[in-house]
Amino acid sequence: MRNSKLVTLEEAIRRSGLKDGMTISFHHHFRGGDKVVNMVVDKLAQMGFKDLKLAASSLSDVHAPLIDHIKNGVITGISTSGLRGALADAISHGLMKEPVVFRSHGGRGSAIANGELKIDVAFLGASSADELGNACGYSRSENAKSICGSLGYALPDARYAQHVVVITDDLVEYPNMPMSISAADVESVVVVDSVGDSSKIAAGAIRDSKNPRDILLAKQAAKVIINSGLFVDGFSIQTGTGGASLAAVKYIREEMISRGIKASFALGGITAHMVKLHEEGLIGKLIDVQSFDKVAAESIKNDPTHQEVSAVEYASGQHLGSATHALDIVILSALEVDTQFNVNVLVGSDGIIRGAIGGHQDTAADSALSIIVCPLLRGRIPCVVPKVTTLITPGKSVDVVVTEYGIAVNPGRPEIAEKLKAAGLKIVDIKELAAKASSIIGTPDPLPFGDKVVGVVMNRDGSVLDKIYNIVE
Amino acid sequence: MMFVPGNNPGMMADAHIYGPDSIMLDLEDSVTMAEKDAARLLVHNALKTIDYGNTEMVVRINPLNTPYGKKDVEAVVKAGVHVIRMPKTETADEVKELEAEILKVEQEIGRVGETRIMAAIESALGIVNAYAIATASPRMMGIALGAEDYSANLKTNRTPGGAELLLAREQIVVAARAAGICCFDTVYSNLDDMETFRKEVELIKTLGFDGKSIINPRQIEVVNSVFTPTEKEITKARAVVAAIKEAQAKGSGVIAVNGKMVDRPVVLRAERTIALAVAAGVISEEEAL
Amino acid sequence: MVTIGPGEGLQVDLQSSVAAQFGRQIKAVITETLEGLGINDAHVEAVDKGALDCTIRARVTAAAVRATGKDVWKD
Repeated sequence: MRNSKLVTLEEAIRRSGLKDGMTISFHHHFRGGDKVVNMVVDKLAQMGFKDLKLAASSLSDVHAPLIDHIKNGVITGISTSGLRGALADAISHGLMKEPVVFRSHGGRGSAIANGELKIDVAFLGASSADELGNACGYSRSENAKSICGSLGYALPDARYAQHVVVITDDLVEYPNMPMSISAADVESVVVVDSVGDSSKIAAGAIRDSKNPRDILLAKQAAKVIINSGLFVDGFSIQTGTGGASLAAVKYIREEMISRGIKASFALGGITAHMVKLHEEGLIGKLIDVQSFDKVAAESIKNDPTHQEVSAVEYASGQHLGSATHALDIVILSALEVDTQFNVNVLVGSDGIIRGAIGGHQDTAADSALSIIVCPLLRGRIPCVVPKVTTLITPGKSVDVVVTEYGIAVNPGRPEIAEKLKAAGLKIVDIKELAAKASSIIGTPDPLPFGDKVVGVVMNRDGSVLDKIYNIVE
Repeated sequence: MMFVPGNNPGMMADAHIYGPDSIMLDLEDSVTMAEKDAARLLVHNALKTIDYGNTEMVVRINPLNTPYGKKDVEAVVKAGVHVIRMPKTETADEVKELEAEILKVEQEIGRVGETRIMAAIESALGIVNAYAIATASPRMMGIALGAEDYSANLKTNRTPGGAELLLAREQIVVAARAAGICCFDTVYSNLDDMETFRKEVELIKTLGFDGKSIINPRQIEVVNSVFTPTEKEITKARAVVAAIKEAQAKGSGVIAVNGKMVDRPVVLRAERTIALAVAAGVISEEEAL
Repeated sequence: MVTIGPGEGLQVDLQSSVAAQFGRQIKAVITETLEGLGINDAHVEAVDKGALDCTIRARVTAAAVRATGKDVWKD
């Protein structure tokens, strides 16, 4: 077509004016099946680029090839919500000179919008795009090869980056509308064989956990919600994807039906569980920044009451209109919670980076009631500790902690403790939980941290919350 | 009573968090011969170290006529087990033999009389001798049915309706009540069929059993909900007990509650309902008085 | 998984998923348990996946019983 932006990846890179030292960005909507990051960085390495800063919305196990690019000086800086696998391990052992900058999803959105995180070239994978660049996280054609649903984490990049390259595995006829990424924001369109491995992007709908501990935690979490005083017609909720969180949705649903209560919206990473409740009429709207499975992705494609939002619209602390400000209840998980209710979801108890901030800081801070659901122990690893290894979410944002040994309520929320006690729930002091954990597993030795800062945890307002040091072995 | 294999330290470490009334750590059928020695040590150490709170701790030992039985007794008595469950009990003599073994170890450690016995009856002969077994020792706290081996012994198989267990179940309840001890029903292993499980629990409650053996925490809720008296039942029971107390205070003999005559069986049933309610934690002990 | 073989003094080779946090403690439990059984010369190879101390004690004792043929319980 006239004015087509269709080019090869190499041509798109040349056109972008990318130079050594500049910042490139990616989203992580293809999760464990992502091919875009590795494909683009491989090409950049081939073309001789050096000293690039990689601003990903998140990185996972599949991005281990970046280790070599870091060693070769192609990538010298990373900002992300999380790190996993071999890449995380290597960085924890001091692979990079510059510390990795960790931000929450809302934090990244804020930073891009206010200019703190300037993106020179954004490489955004899409499941469909037309030749002018209108792109979606799903395809309406018969040749669709991939689907991811919401492109919420790509939208701030599309809007604010200097130069946007859309990469798709399904080129469709113009106009690819309604669209997520608008052609007006796009400079180049590249077609490739595959943007992501469908089998790893999302499994089919996640199965209900049969694990008795998850079920126990889920029932307790559901009881907390039901008796919190917030469980009224029109309430809103966000849950994580852990086994206990998903199981909790089941028990909450039963109570919603028996009391005739409907939720006004569900927010966040949307799963098939939420879609089911929405289609049953129990949840009014779905506000989706990330579709976790095929069911959610198909729903966002077809259902106008299932709305895609950008990371900024979802959780930016600097935008008072972001959806988290309207959120009543959020169920979150944790690697560690300490006796001040501080939470760590990023660094393992062995000091190695192995998780992601995600929307933790944002939802905990803005919601009316934040509930952490975690087992007291994971094998010999304590989850309730005297002090977190790394501070991700400050305790004042965290209201309730649910473990299989009891429920602890932040002293800053006495009215919640009252209501839960009145409902017959066993409320314990969080210090007792920490003591119980150590009485079972013993007291861990201090971790062998070195002097090198390998990661910096940012607060939502752009200030530094905590530092992660290297592990010496 | 929740069965937990004695060779699974992970399950033994947190079985109690799900709130079963009692936990049975198994050294017998769920442990292969090659692992009997290791399981015995795992169970011994678990009992000594893990804080099981108020959960009653039971261990199913191997029969005394195996190379494992006597060592099992020593290991668990020394670890302070509350109840030893003896499998495949057929005669009163077997109980007495176990009693003697237990006493030997208790004397060694200076804690005579603390360990109690539960006998699992899993054969026709055992059923025939149920009362003798139930009264064979002052340490007997209960008898239980082991349906798998029992039905095989009868040369039939298990059915969902449990017709093959009719006599055994009734015999165990009758023997237990005559002996003044508790009775427990057998396990139900299909975790995916909670409906049939519930029906079975309702049946055995009607037959008079005190409790049921389970194999997974997911079954706890069903058993508790069947055995826990409803609010209506509790209210009725308290009315009966209150009426009796009032009558006793006034010195009158026959009393009526809501127009119905209240005689001794009614009173006993009301007291049992209240006892179950307290045990289930639905009412406190003070509220029961 | 614990295997005990002959050695001089008590030498413990530990592979543990919680080595950083509990490696020292686990080795101490292993040596204490063996010393308690009167074993002061052995080479122990242990692969740990985050077991509690009571489990480690049991496993070490079981391995020792199998290695020496001397049971800790009477017949």
